[in-house]
Amino acid sequence: MTIAPTDVALPAAPRAQGRVWTYVRRHPTIAIGGTLLGLMVLMAIFAPYLGTVDPQALSPVRRLRWPSAQYWFGTDMLGRDVYSRTIYGARVSLTVGLSVALCSTVLGLAIGLVTGFSRAADAIVMRVMDGLMSIPGVLIAIALMALTRASMENVIFAITVAQVPRDTRLVRGVVLTLRELPFVEAALASGTGFFRILWRHILPNTLPPLLVQATFTAASAMIVEATLSFLGAGTPPNIPSWGNIMAEGRSLFQVAYYIVLFPGAFLSITVLAINLLGDGLRDALDPRLARRM
Amino acid sequence: MFAYIVRRILATIPVMAVVALFVFSLLHLSPGDPAVIIAGDTATLDDIARIRAKLGLDQAFYIQFGTWVWGLLHGDLGISIFTNLPVSTLIAQRIEPTAALTVSTLVVSILTAIPMGVLAAWKAGSWIDRVVMVFAVLGFSVPVFVLAYLLIYFFAIYTDLLPVQGFVSIRHGLGPFLAHIAMPSLALGMVYAALIARMTRASMLDVLAQDYIRTAQAKGLSNDKVLIGHALKNAAVPIVTIIGIGVALLISGVVVTETVFAIPGLGRLTVDAILRRDYPIIQGIILIFSAAYVLINLFVDLSYTLFDPRIRY
Repeated sequence: MTIAPTDVALPAAPRAQGRVWTYVRRHPTIAIGGTLLGLMVLMAIFAPYLGTVDPQALSPVRRLRWPSAQYWFGTDMLGRDVYSRTIYGARVSLTVGLSVALCSTVLGLAIGLVTGFSRAADAIVMRVMDGLMSIPGVLIAIALMALTRASMENVIFAITVAQVPRDTRLVRGVVLTLRELPFVEAALASGTGFFRILWRHILPNTLPPLLVQATFTAASAMIVEATLSFLGAGTPPNIPSWGNIMAEGRSLFQVAYYIVLFPGAFLSITVLAINLLGDGLRDALDPRLARRM
Repeated sequence: MFAYIVRRILATIPVMAVVALFVFSLLHLSPGDPAVIIAGDTATLDDIARIRAKLGLDQAFYIQFGTWVWGLLHGDLGISIFTNLPVSTLIAQRIEPTAALTVSTLVVSILTAIPMGVLAAWKAGSWIDRVVMVFAVLGFSVPVFVLAYLLIYFFAIYTDLLPVQGFVSIRHGLGPFLAHIAMPSLALGMVYAALIARMTRASMLDVLAQDYIRTAQAKGLSNDKVLIGHALKNAAVPIVTIIGIGVALLISGVVVTETVFAIPGLGRLTVDAILRRDYPIIQGIILIFSAAYVLINLFVDLSYTLFDPRIRY
């Protein structure tokens, strides 16, 4: 969903080109962010064809080689190729980021719609959400990961749990505002069914802010995943992820800082791309906010 | 006014109750026997039985929860499984570096971010504004530990200006304390400062467009009087709100920062507890951090009345 704008940024038929250019000029951050993110996604998908070797292949003879023509990003303390590990690491980050954004948006939407319409559910659910939101997200994820085995699915689950209250709050807020608006009252008065109102009038209005929120969720989920892996409570060591690679390079930072800096740079650039995309989408979808932020 | 303060304080009780219930029930909601999970892969049956008895896992859920909450209310956070010491003692031993780090970060971030936001809004569209916005977007995007390593590279390895890692208490001199806390504070504070600068700019832009600002300028007040006395004061409520909410970022970041810079604080305690699956410590730390977060936001709410006399609930 968040990748779509890249398609727009690619020049297509001559006639479309003018329109694309206008769009890019008007929303440069969407174009820049979308293109960068698109490149990262392509890199993750085509990782095996980008001059990489097996990211897990050990080679004790060639340990701690500095970046060179043969090892672009050098090798780590076990002789593994840091370039290959970094490229493959994109898969973990992007999968976690997109999965968390999708799961927490769907869950937040479902819970938010219910609490927005039912006073009884609202009172209980929102107290629980308030409580959950007062626990810093990384700590919820750490607590959950301390109890389960290290796996990518568990990481996605743990970060989603920490994120759902925020999405719920957003949807509930939108629903509460919409519920009082004349067009919803008119629909009710003219005998439109509850689910039809939900589907035709409420849902479409929650989607633009949710889309913006989803991009920021993806960005923060990628940071949390890297943080968990960096602390040793995230993706298992046998899957290279940017957080893992940095954690392994930690003790050697003073002699081989490249092990930490390359995955760190990729992580920062990807998060930056998603943030730019999110900023641009917010400007495009909500001109009132665009002026302010 | 008084009624508002009391009501606001009482409102924190259900929030903390949910936090406590969540932290407690995590252990029980997870699939499998909690004692087995905590004991780890190499545990013997005796170890598991010992842990089960120690945590009271052989009793009914509500009795366990009641006992645990009763202990909490008396300052008893349970016993660490690995070290056999009370969790409250372990936390007390480690709280100083964490408190020093968060407070210095908080102060430095607020003192740099608010002027940045004010300047950016005042000179909206200028190069200053652009620089501040670039800083804000980068601050959100570079994770704490990546920034931390960049700082270490430049200030400790490339130039040798600051010590690579470690912590020195302020009791051993201000100089060494500042030298050790400078890089961690910078790394930790970047995202927080970015958030505050952005909110300050947005809020100031709104206020600067108001009629009373033009009036103040028209009657010949100096720029700084208009900016600080009229604009910033009226823009303050969203700013202090984001300062309160943003503390969650600081708390999350502290765990990572302490790991990178080898600071013996609560963050290190958390990471050690994760690796040893010492669940009582993790529970205690989450409770302490969440309580701090709730308290800070309580003060933020109460501070609204200082900035805006119209707010009288």
